[in-house]
Amino acid sequence: MTSPNNSKPLSQQAALVQKSLAKRYASERRFKAYGLASVLFGLCALLVLFVEIFGGGLSGFKTTQVALTLELDSDVLEVYDATNPDEILAGNYTGVIRNALKERFPDATGRKEKRALYSMISVGATYDLRDQLAADPDLLDTSIDVWILADDDIDTYYKSLSSVPYAERMSDKQQQWVQDLIDKQEIRTIFNTRFFTSGDSSEPEMAGIRGAIMGSLLTMMVTLLLSFPVGVAAAIYLEEYAPKNRLTDFVEVNINNLAAVPSIIFGLLGLAIFINLFEMPRSIPLVGGIVLTLMTLPTIIISSRAAVKAVPPSIREAALGIGASKMQMILHHVLPLAMPGMLTGAIIGMAQALGETAPLLMIGMVAFIMDVPGAITDPATVMPVQIFLWSDSPERAFVEKTSAAIMVLLMFLMFMNAMAVLLRKRLERRW
Amino acid sequence: MESSVLVIAIFVLGIIAFVVGRSRSVAISQNVGGIRFLNSLPFYYGALTALWCAIPSFLVFAVWSLFDDAIIRSAIIATLPAEAAESVGGNLNLLFNQIYNVSVDAAGSESAPDYMVAAAQHLHSMQSISRWALTGLVLACALGTSIVVWSRINPQLKARYQVERVFRSFLFLCSSLAILTTIGIVVSVLFESIRFFAMVSPIDFLFGLEWSPQMAIRADQEGSSGSFGAIPLFTGTLLIALIALIIAVPCGLMTAIFLSEYASSRIRDIIKPMLEVLAGIPTVVYGFFAALTVAPFIRDMGLSIGLDQWLPISSESALAAGLVMGVMIIPFVSSLSDDVINAVPQSLRDGALGLGSTRSEVIKQVVIPAALPGIVGGVLLAASRAIGETMIVVMAAGLAANLTLNPLDSVTTVTVQIVTLLVGDQEFDSPKTLAAFALGLMLFLVTLSLNYFALHIVKKYREQYD
Repeated sequence: MTSPNNSKPLSQQAALVQKSLAKRYASERRFKAYGLASVLFGLCALLVLFVEIFGGGLSGFKTTQVALTLELDSDVLEVYDATNPDEILAGNYTGVIRNALKERFPDATGRKEKRALYSMISVGATYDLRDQLAADPDLLDTSIDVWILADDDIDTYYKSLSSVPYAERMSDKQQQWVQDLIDKQEIRTIFNTRFFTSGDSSEPEMAGIRGAIMGSLLTMMVTLLLSFPVGVAAAIYLEEYAPKNRLTDFVEVNINNLAAVPSIIFGLLGLAIFINLFEMPRSIPLVGGIVLTLMTLPTIIISSRAAVKAVPPSIREAALGIGASKMQMILHHVLPLAMPGMLTGAIIGMAQALGETAPLLMIGMVAFIMDVPGAITDPATVMPVQIFLWSDSPERAFVEKTSAAIMVLLMFLMFMNAMAVLLRKRLERRW
Repeated sequence: MESSVLVIAIFVLGIIAFVVGRSRSVAISQNVGGIRFLNSLPFYYGALTALWCAIPSFLVFAVWSLFDDAIIRSAIIATLPAEAAESVGGNLNLLFNQIYNVSVDAAGSESAPDYMVAAAQHLHSMQSISRWALTGLVLACALGTSIVVWSRINPQLKARYQVERVFRSFLFLCSSLAILTTIGIVVSVLFESIRFFAMVSPIDFLFGLEWSPQMAIRADQEGSSGSFGAIPLFTGTLLIALIALIIAVPCGLMTAIFLSEYASSRIRDIIKPMLEVLAGIPTVVYGFFAALTVAPFIRDMGLSIGLDQWLPISSESALAAGLVMGVMIIPFVSSLSDDVINAVPQSLRDGALGLGSTRSEVIKQVVIPAALPGIVGGVLLAASRAIGETMIVVMAAGLAANLTLNPLDSVTTVTVQIVTLLVGDQEFDSPKTLAAFALGLMLFLVTLSLNYFALHIVKKYREQYD
């Protein structure tokens, strides 16, 4: 039963609440909209980034070629015996290509126009021609129709013709010649295999990422070999052995802090200790791998500890109960059960190390290196540093190469992350 | 023998020692009535022999390789005539490098003075003696220790206990590497910084308003004595970090709230991994994006609305770098906030909902106040990330040390200057190179204290609800 005295204020209160409800619901909707907007902002940023990189990068996997009829005249080439490697090496392939260009475009007169004409073909074309002749010596003194590599200015211009023509580095005459080639279908773009088979180069049309990929692989190998065993061992010590004392606390504080120290500081450490003090050579994957090991170690230790912690104590007690020693309990039971979690952490740490640039700049892996490294003591560069170097280059053609290299790097990273997720899904055990 | 071959040899010897030790323990066990009368399993006898074979010889190898260069070097330099040191002005490093080059490349040594050729031959013979002596010593050590252990194998030997002690010390060494790394960082930045502060006064460095680290190459050059006032770098760093945090903190926090409080679990399972992709993209990619797309866009926007009448607008702007850095940090902030929001007990939410609050009121008046310490910790960690971030600012923020708060102008940061000062050839005795280490020290101290503080807050907060 409600007393008449109370009912009036109650209904007044109800009215008050009722009145404010609209405002409160509006604020509720606003708040939710803010949340949605933030999520969308993040997703949009991701979308723009990918569209920008992939839109600009796809053309980087293609290269432009020009059709020419080459007269492999032995007098011009100065090669009389095509089976002799010395003669092949010294041949005048530039002359052959220039003659063919003069033949094809007779309207090029004067030194300036001729130079413009010659500059349409890449120096890489002479190497291709040399290899072709070395592979098939019978071609000497014959005339061959080949597609040869165009210069990066032609490449950029030809690719840009379908949208906004970029002709800043092209003379009118050169544009006419390209138009002529298009009309006669003597210019084409094909998949750029050189991008995956050669090292860095100052000529964009000849630059490739093989050297950087090899450098990254070697560096990652060193990092994995050092950081995984050490990280796992440290995690096991901290979880299974460490007594509760000041030293252990200090180690833990250190690990957590190191995980958040800026990566460039590890570069300073590498420069001062390994290069300056131990006088190790610069630019080698070994030093890079050691520096990245120190950087990723906290990540791997933290995730490995979580994996060890997730193994239920009953398993340890059961092992100890039937007479296993502590080491046997760890090596035979805890470690195998925690391995999937540790591997996942290691892959994530490796992915982080693969994308890292700043510390490697400090230890000199930023040098211009054309050769593909073959050992951990060869001078090398890595994928992210190659991207940095290309993005710094003034040539316009390097922009699409940079985007293409980024796409390759992102592919690697996504592959690694997908593997980590898969591993977690496949091997994860719930207790 | 080459050192890599030697390491492999040690490894192979270790495996052989394992097999021999194990088979001896099995053979011995036959005399006492079977394996179960041994103190430990045969595996442990093998392992003990292998460890004794590999570890001491490897230590000998490591110590020798660490010091042989220095010893040979001082021995060679001691034999040189006095005129040799004078010829290079007392620079013994240079002298030794010349001798080394002569010893490697005999053909190019025709023009070298006689004493140098002699020293080079001396060097060559000492190097080969050192190599052979090392090989002999390591192999003798490996064989000697394993034979001693092998001969001591008997049913009473506590092999397992000893192996486990080694195992435990190995684990301890690995975990103490974290301390060693920290010490390494502190030592490497601190020593070079002390040398820097011997040349440039700390007051000038910390409070100077002008940064132009170019030093005179020749003594008679004018006007480039170098000034090392780091205030423009600090303001530039803070400006960019502030822009990044203004983007990342509200956005990351609201994302975390939306995903954990509003979104259905299906949407969360789709969106969360997508946002995590943002965190996995290398910073060099963000830098490329900032320099190529965002910075020109911002400059064109600024020019098109006529801002350049009042403010200098640069193609490398603090805003572009800060904006992109903010996007990079969003997933970082959102995952940290997600953790702390989920740690708030459900009973608090249920209580507030039961009293008639709307969901946003629960979040604003109950969840966020309860999670505030954790969120603050997360923001501090994000700030430390933003301050230490390198590639985005190197590629998008520029090199000009302008003392300005205009986000459209070009500013430079501590990390950018470290990179510019240290990339390329360095001399470790010029203030220009050492300045980078002083900046590194500042960066390390600031991020360390931010991290320490943040982790402390987060830890305290976690304990509160555990």
